[in-house]
Amino acid sequence: MVTVPIRTFHQRGQIMKITALIPALPIALMSSMAFAQTIDVKVTNLTQGLHFTPLLVSTHTDSSNVFEAGSVATAALQSMAEGGDIAPLLAASPAEAVNIGNPAQGLLAPAMSTMVSDLNTGSNDLLSIVAMVLPTNDGFVGLDSWAIPSEAGTYTVYLNAYDAGTEVNDERLNTDTGGSEDGIPGAPGGDAGTGGTGVTDSESNTSIHIHRGNLGDTSLSGGTSDLDSRIHRWLNPVAKVVVTVK
Amino acid sequence: MKQFNIRTLKSGALCLVLASAGLLTACGSDDDAAKMASFEITVTNLSANQPLSALAALLHDGDFKAWDIGGVASDGLEVLAEGGDNSTFISDDAAMLMTSASGSAPVGPGASDTLTVTADLASVMQITLASMLVNTNDAFTGTTGLDVSELAVGDSMNQALPIYDAGTEANDEMAGTIPGPADGGEGFNAVRDDVDFVARHPGVVTQSDGYSSSVLDESHRFDSPIARLVVTRVK
Repeated sequence: MVTVPIRTFHQRGQIMKITALIPALPIALMSSMAFAQTIDVKVTNLTQGLHFTPLLVSTHTDSSNVFEAGSVATAALQSMAEGGDIAPLLAASPAEAVNIGNPAQGLLAPAMSTMVSDLNTGSNDLLSIVAMVLPTNDGFVGLDSWAIPSEAGTYTVYLNAYDAGTEVNDERLNTDTGGSEDGIPGAPGGDAGTGGTGVTDSESNTSIHIHRGNLGDTSLSGGTSDLDSRIHRWLNPVAKVVVTVK
Repeated sequence: MKQFNIRTLKSGALCLVLASAGLLTACGSDDDAAKMASFEITVTNLSANQPLSALAALLHDGDFKAWDIGGVASDGLEVLAEGGDNSTFISDDAAMLMTSASGSAPVGPGASDTLTVTADLASVMQITLASMLVNTNDAFTGTTGLDVSELAVGDSMNQALPIYDAGTEANDEMAGTIPGPADGGEGFNAVRDDVDFVARHPGVVTQSDGYSSSVLDESHRFDSPIARLVVTRVK
């Protein structure tokens, strides 16, 4: 695009050079500014009995990520996965990232949806989404660095549940462990039990991995788990994300 | 209308009049055939031990969803998902319905069944398919609003089918509540004693996993996908 107008200048004079350069300008700007798109992001909790804590919807570049399966969780991700707190992830996010925190204004209940509308991605071309899954010890729903398509259209992505690998999946509620942070912060459905002795006391994979699911039991006042095996289990995927590129 | 002469009717309209009166069963020409669309719908059961109830297939000429995540199950879907009976599901669904088809028998693990639906070609054509996992309280599989409008004759599309929970019957897995061969219990019951919305199914627990009241065993567990769907446009 640059060499053509110069040749035109020699052949046809200065006026042609100017007019030929004008159409070249937007292309030059686009290549330096990269991406800048407007997208809608709709997140649906597909499960029958699990809640999502406040979601983080983040657009960023490949210079950072919110999480990566197979890697050890950051302290910020751990705070989200164990306690549902996305503030540390927002604080750790690079300046150029465009983030939407807590679009559902609280918990996203089973089978409910929330929408982020007209998100301007700025210079970012990747989309990540996380939220803790309740009731779990450190389970979270995650989308890691999904490439936002450049072509306008509607795109559907299904998300799996991950285990942050930072807390033993003992399946005991905090109220059952005397307020210790090693437990599950809550069961918003009000359908968990008490008195579980603990499903396990070790976590063999301490990196982020696909969650093996809750075990649960059918005793509301004992057994090994405070969770109900008929209600708090799941099969992947646990969330559906519809991205509309405008 | 009383005065019209039947000889002036075009052959297609005559066909319709006679067919609706039950007078004629074979009627058509090459011109008619060119305006029809026909789809073969094949479902292969990929589960270990979950027979699928007789398949129900619907063809719509508009955007239609027989269920959606978070929505309350229709009565027809409840009857299908709790008892495997698709008759209400097929009949309570008149809006935009072009035609429907039902399988004649359940589809066992490893087996397949094929339904064919045929209707006048329309600018929008969508397929809905549903079937119960019969060794469960109210699990079903299928797809709804699958757009086949752009499918060319001879072309196919595939889907891996997930498992939904109708949310109309608690997943207690207890004797007398499951209609499949694992129990031989009750199918449809109008009482809704669960969350009363459609979601993805959490899976079954079974007695092999410590739930002593369950009539299911480890063989009845499943994971997604439960079946493969292939839709081929044949006309």
